Amino acid sequence: MTTLTDPPAESFKLSMLVYDTRYRSITFQILALVAVLLLFGWLTMNTAQNLNDLGKEPSFSFLGESAGYDINQRLIDYSSQSTHLRAAFVGLLNTLLVAAMGCATATVIGVIVGVLRLSGNWLVARLMTVYVEMFRNVPVLMWIVLCMAILIEAMPPPSAFRGDDPDATMKLFDSVAITNRGVYIPEPLFSRSLGDFHVGAAFDVSINLIAILIVLGASIFVARGIARRADAKQEATGLRPRTWHTRLAVIVLPTVVLLAILGFHLGYPELKGFNFAGGTYMRNSLIALWLALSLYTAAFIAEIVRAGILAISSGQTEAAAALGLRNNRIMSLVVLPQAMRVIIPPLISQYLNLTKNSSLAIAVGYMDITGTLMGITLNQTGRELETVLLGMLVYLAISLIISGVMNWYNNRVKLVER
Amino acid sequence: MKKTVFLGALTVAGLAAGVAGAATLDDVKARGKLNCGVTTGLVGFAAPDANGEWTGFDVGVCRAVAAAVLGDPKAVEFVPTTGKTRFTALASGEVDLLARNTTWTFSRDVDLKFTFVGVNYYDGQGFMIPKALGVSSAKELDGATVCIQTGTTTELNLADYFRKNNMNYEPVPIETNAEAQQQFLAGACDVYTTDASGLAATRATFENPGDYVLLPEIISKEPLGPLVRHGDDEWADITMWTLNALISAEELGVTSANASDMGAEAGNNPEINRLLGTEGSLGAMFGLSDDWAKNAILAGGNYGELFEKNIGENTPIGLARGLNAQWTEGGLIYSPPFR
Repeated sequence: MTTLTDPPAESFKLSMLVYDTRYRSITFQILALVAVLLLFGWLTMNTAQNLNDLGKEPSFSFLGESAGYDINQRLIDYSSQSTHLRAAFVGLLNTLLVAAMGCATATVIGVIVGVLRLSGNWLVARLMTVYVEMFRNVPVLMWIVLCMAILIEAMPPPSAFRGDDPDATMKLFDSVAITNRGVYIPEPLFSRSLGDFHVGAAFDVSINLIAILIVLGASIFVARGIARRADAKQEATGLRPRTWHTRLAVIVLPTVVLLAILGFHLGYPELKGFNFAGGTYMRNSLIALWLALSLYTAAFIAEIVRAGILAISSGQTEAAAALGLRNNRIMSLVVLPQAMRVIIPPLISQYLNLTKNSSLAIAVGYMDITGTLMGITLNQTGRELETVLLGMLVYLAISLIISGVMNWYNNRVKLVER
Repeated sequence: MKKTVFLGALTVAGLAAGVAGAATLDDVKARGKLNCGVTTGLVGFAAPDANGEWTGFDVGVCRAVAAAVLGDPKAVEFVPTTGKTRFTALASGEVDLLARNTTWTFSRDVDLKFTFVGVNYYDGQGFMIPKALGVSSAKELDGATVCIQTGTTTELNLADYFRKNNMNYEPVPIETNAEAQQQFLAGACDVYTTDASGLAATRATFENPGDYVLLPEIISKEPLGPLVRHGDDEWADITMWTLNALISAEELGVTSANASDMGAEAGNNPEINRLLGTEGSLGAMFGLSDDWAKNAILAGGNYGELFEKNIGENTPIGLARGLNAQWTEGGLIYSPPFR
């Protein structure tokens, strides 16, 4: 005869928090959390106390004060009478400019180098290996400084363009001047300009630019519609109508007409006084930083691209070749679209690295947000904690936005599994 | 994530600020070394010589303070700072004394919480330009590209000067004097502007100093002097009176050559006796030995000797005493009495 007995009623004892495996991990996690919070709490208190002792209570009121210093490269209106906040914003735009230019160039160079490194041509493949190993094994700061030194020492100063028989002349039909201060290129001008659009009191946006972008966007939309119609026809009948000339006309003509209406012409740089005047001035600091960051990051991107391509089984390439596709079409239609899945996630972190590395700009005197907010403003106001915190927040926000956008793109191109 | 970064920043700041506020004299004595912030290299004011020894006019102040406090002019750890890092280095306690061509201004004294202990060089901002450009006045600089050390008062003076005179310029911000020199010599900027003494010192290192001229305009007042943190008055007193001792020594004719003899026994000039510790005990009043001033003078000489040896007319830098002559000779250098 069997007796059924109830299992002994469990009473909770304090010692079970340590000895019972069901609770132990939670106990230690809570203890660790409390310790970490205490540590941070102590550090915060200590900081506040020390700043108080120094008589420097945290305050952000300095942002509203007049900055007093000038910035050479400004994408928005700024003078030494503007506020520190505006100076920070000028710096932020400079950071974004060099980051965007750098990411675009690094991607193009990186993809080309990555593909070429797998080339069957021995010389090309080895040259690319040398490039990749050279750039990714030397700190980026050295490359930035080297680029700047080359630009300063190898290019002629503006004074060399002076005189009847100058040592240096302008390139490309007298439209581009390459000096050791930077490159002057023609600038777009409008003789019948639509003026500026004021956003609040702080920013002016050129209506010309907005108009051109709207027209161009609409044209591209129409052109894509035409392409879709051609696709549909091809799928229905097997014959693809020739549409490239109409598409080209749809994209180019409206924009050209608009430019003509606005009175578009180019303003050429001209030697005036100490420097060239007119034209768009790309400073050496921007070029050096852009080049160095692009070349450096491109070396990493090249490796990512190479890894992505190698991850696609050779059967794919062979199958595509058996269908009669040529090598470059195999790459662009079969291999790269699949390799993208492998390439994009590590590519995101390369973009983030490039953006963060742009904070080395001060080495060449490029006024990015590190140079303005966390450089001159910090120095003139003595607000170390506040400016550095703000700067960190800005970089954090930029990085999160980049990775957000790239993750969205990654979700679009990744393999849809059923 | 955001929170972690925020707290991380606080951590850094907290650790940095943790050292401030203690009694600096005790720290220096316990350490046996004075941490002195100087430039990253400006010949004549502070630069390492061929043997790696720091020498210069500002270095002289550091050595004098070390000699007064520790009795040994060599007991100095020189911390090179840029225009941008110097104040953080001082505020965080990384250096005890900053002797780095730093201009005494209201906001640095009051808002940045520093105490300037005196002026060791009365300077003004000037412009240097290649002779070949044919410019004879700063008023002709409209449109010029100007190299400037970032994080300095010169940056603000420059903005003010060009605005006042309704001129445009292109600033090229630069971290150190050496980089500025490179860009200026390569012609990447037309003008280099900083304190006139700094320009003279920089020009002295050029291959052809004669090809460059200093423009006559001096656009600002730049009283340069050593500074310490707010809140430690005893330490401020020690540095201030060490500087004053060097100045008084020149006025009273005490030099590194005769200070030992004069300090051996009381002479007939009571002020010299008080200065050298043979009469009264001024040193004990701020916790130093009575021969503190004698040690300071023996470290590198009195104010005039330091000037002549490092930046005076017989050096490549060739600065005249001018405003920096003793008050008895029409200058501004003046020490309160030792009494």
